[in-house]
Amino acid sequence: MACILIKDGRIIDPANKIDRIGSVYIADGKIASVTNEPAGFKADRVIDARNQIVCPGFIDLSTRLREPGQSRKATFASETAAAAAAGITTLCLQPDTIPVIDARAVAELIKDQAEKCGYRQILPIAALTQKLEGTELSAMLALKDAGCVAVSNANQPVKNLLVLRRAMEYAASHDLLFIYRPNDYWLANNGCVHEGAVSTRYGLPSIPDAAETIALAQCLELAELTGCRVHFGQLSSRRSVIKLHQAKKYGLAVSADVAIHQLHLTEDDIIPFDSAYHVQPPFRTNTDKEALCEGLANGTIDSICSDHQPHDLDAKLGAFPETEPGISSLETLLPLMLRLVAERALTIEQGIAALTQEPAQILQLERGALTLGFTADLCIFDPDQDWQVNSDNWRSQGVNTPFWGQVFKGRVIYTLQAGKVIYS
Amino acid sequence: MIVNRLDVSDLLGTLEAKLKQAIVERQLTDPLMIGIRTGGVWVAEKMHQRLAIKQPLGLLDISFYRDDFSQIGVNPNVKPSELPVQIEGRNIILIDDVFYTGRTIRAALNEIFDYGRPKQVLLAVLIERDGKQIPISPDCVGASIALDAGQRIKLIGPEPLAIEIQTVDVAA
Amino acid sequence: MSDNLQLNSEGKLKHFLTIEGLDKQLLIEILDLAESFVGMTDGRIKKIPLLRGKSIVNLFFENSTRTRTTFELAAKRLSADVLSMSIATSSTSKGESLLDTIRNLEAMYVDMFVVRHGISGAAHFIAQHAASHISVINAGDGQHAHPTQAMLDMFTIRQIKQDFSQLRVAIVGDILHSRVARSNIQALNTLGVAEVRVIAPKTLLPAQVETMGVTVSHSLADGLKDIDVIIMLRLQKERMTAALLPSENEYFKCFGLTEARLKIAKPDAIVMHPGPINRGVEIDSIVADGPQSVILKQVSNGIAIRMAIMAMAMQKQGSM
Repeated sequence: MACILIKDGRIIDPANKIDRIGSVYIADGKIASVTNEPAGFKADRVIDARNQIVCPGFIDLSTRLREPGQSRKATFASETAAAAAAGITTLCLQPDTIPVIDARAVAELIKDQAEKCGYRQILPIAALTQKLEGTELSAMLALKDAGCVAVSNANQPVKNLLVLRRAMEYAASHDLLFIYRPNDYWLANNGCVHEGAVSTRYGLPSIPDAAETIALAQCLELAELTGCRVHFGQLSSRRSVIKLHQAKKYGLAVSADVAIHQLHLTEDDIIPFDSAYHVQPPFRTNTDKEALCEGLANGTIDSICSDHQPHDLDAKLGAFPETEPGISSLETLLPLMLRLVAERALTIEQGIAALTQEPAQILQLERGALTLGFTADLCIFDPDQDWQVNSDNWRSQGVNTPFWGQVFKGRVIYTLQAGKVIYS
Repeated sequence: MIVNRLDVSDLLGTLEAKLKQAIVERQLTDPLMIGIRTGGVWVAEKMHQRLAIKQPLGLLDISFYRDDFSQIGVNPNVKPSELPVQIEGRNIILIDDVFYTGRTIRAALNEIFDYGRPKQVLLAVLIERDGKQIPISPDCVGASIALDAGQRIKLIGPEPLAIEIQTVDVAA
Repeated sequence: MSDNLQLNSEGKLKHFLTIEGLDKQLLIEILDLAESFVGMTDGRIKKIPLLRGKSIVNLFFENSTRTRTTFELAAKRLSADVLSMSIATSSTSKGESLLDTIRNLEAMYVDMFVVRHGISGAAHFIAQHAASHISVINAGDGQHAHPTQAMLDMFTIRQIKQDFSQLRVAIVGDILHSRVARSNIQALNTLGVAEVRVIAPKTLLPAQVETMGVTVSHSLADGLKDIDVIIMLRLQKERMTAALLPSENEYFKCFGLTEARLKIAKPDAIVMHPGPINRGVEIDSIVADGPQSVILKQVSNGIAIRMAIMAMAMQKQGSM
């Protein structure tokens, strides 16, 4: 298989504590060496990475590719092309596909389709309950065997705490990670924005942050009771960060991620009634945003995800509360992370770690690092190149993003997956 | 700006004489006099007094009947028309200060006819200038004049009444 | 935001969606124009030709006979052609989307939509997506805004009190769900009143309501002191089943406007209500029919105000 030499880039590999100018050597789809040329190495291809950053390919903990079942919104083909152009080499697929990933057959269908579009690393997340209806457990063991890396409730409520406890016990018994987006269905009350000054001014149904923090607190208690490993997905509020910090100090095996756009936008950024800003969880206050950034910087929050949710145009055309929530966000993941670094909310090492080392650790994958022998998933990007979010540059089928038309710094030049160049 | 003073009292005198004649010729018994805001009302007040018209003076505001609503919009400070008596079957003397394109009179007629069907309408204006755009003509005038391009004539009032010819920048 | 959407390139009113973003001068122009229409409707001409040849469609996704009739009458008095459409929400969710409904009507050469919808932001959406020559008037969208009601309330207040700057205005009742309250708060503050006070139980107040520029009271007895204008809001029956209030009885005991409570306000205070009234729930019949009540005046001012708003929104569309 091909031997690839990536020359003279700035290698940032937080897992191995590397940050220096050097070369990366790839052979047989794996990392052969970092910095020192291996004996007898003959490059079939040389990539000149001068003035660029070379890092492990990004692992995205929460994405929706809309297949199977919603190809009007997006397809594996379109979204993996977008992921490749975004430097993302592993996509974790949320289970709320149609049909839901609650049966082995669906997980295998996904693997087949992933292979067909030439993007190997689509990792399905199993549904916690059958059809995600929140009452009966799904066949978690079978799903794990079929390649699911975790179980999750996606955004659906679980019928009651008893069901949640049992589901978590069952997941724990098969050593499955439980990914939970904390949201109390009743307190959320069909809201579409944060309960605060903005919802009051515009008369929009609203979600108090207590809907998230109460569900989080309940799950923490159940995590202790059941011994289940829990990862909290897409946190949005300061009080969640505080509770999480306490839980970690206490010794619970918990982790968390935050969607990258929650680190940049608040309820005050919402252009009134512009459905591009309709997301769940909603954009909250500046205090919440700052606490989320701090939590990421100090490790309370472990990682960043894109929470990619591409939509067809109709889904976003209507009165704000009637539109579907979600942003198409794969391709803005890297530049938004770099913006945080530019704003000094994070160092570049922390930013890359949040997208590589941390997600890998959470999922217990041998990825997210340029360790010798690991599969060669890499991203090579130019941190200084400007580009605009427009139809020339955008690959996702969903154009639903509040960042449309904005100019960003930081562009992927090459993406390699298992030693194969999937984007250039 | 060239200011050229035509004599208002001369014009009022001429208009009064012509009106007296017209009232007889057209048999305008018990006429209702209506002045068009704002300049027309000033003139009408003078005529109303000089001709000793019995019926109280009517005041007409044509803002809502103008044909240029789409271009100019509404004037927020509109005082409603005040027509103290019935229009039906009446002899009407309609008075305005300057007759130019004829659109004001058309609007005024539309409005009057919305109130009712008069027996006849006589139009009297203090000054008639060139530039007619609608086939309407005043029946009595104080004076007819022709202006140069870019000139505009205005009645200033209410006391003292005076006539001003202004030169407007063509760029306007 | 909406101030750009509501105004055309010359800064003149094009859509009337919400009070927010409109300046004091514009609001006063609307009040002044409505004044001249009131004078007109008292006279012998029932119609003026201002909007002759224009087509206005009343798009009511929420039922409301009274508001719909006022808009119809207002449009007819301006000599416009009016079409009223009551669209049950179920049919839109089943078949035609909001956007398709608009497009179909545009194809029939319509000039203005008057929209009432149960979801906040619906009027904005329509204004953003309708063809460029069309004006949109918001007749009430969800809990967000009811700007024509606010204007007729301001007009009624001005008729009686003349000067806004010294007024203390209380808005009483279900502020949380009220688009009338939100628009009134914005209008009163833009016109520069001395104080806007909201009086309601905690369950019926939206989060951080003070940020809208109001003071808050949870007691009618305390809240009515020194008040010049009392705006009572309607209490809807659904609030009982949604666990917001125990019963209408209990509500009336604490927040119902009785004769005794009315005396707490200034002796020349006026009582207003957007209607329809729930007698014995938010307001006693004696007060609603009493000398301080201007509720019927509000109704009769409704047509003149809507005429003014429609006329202003349609002007300068001559370029089409």
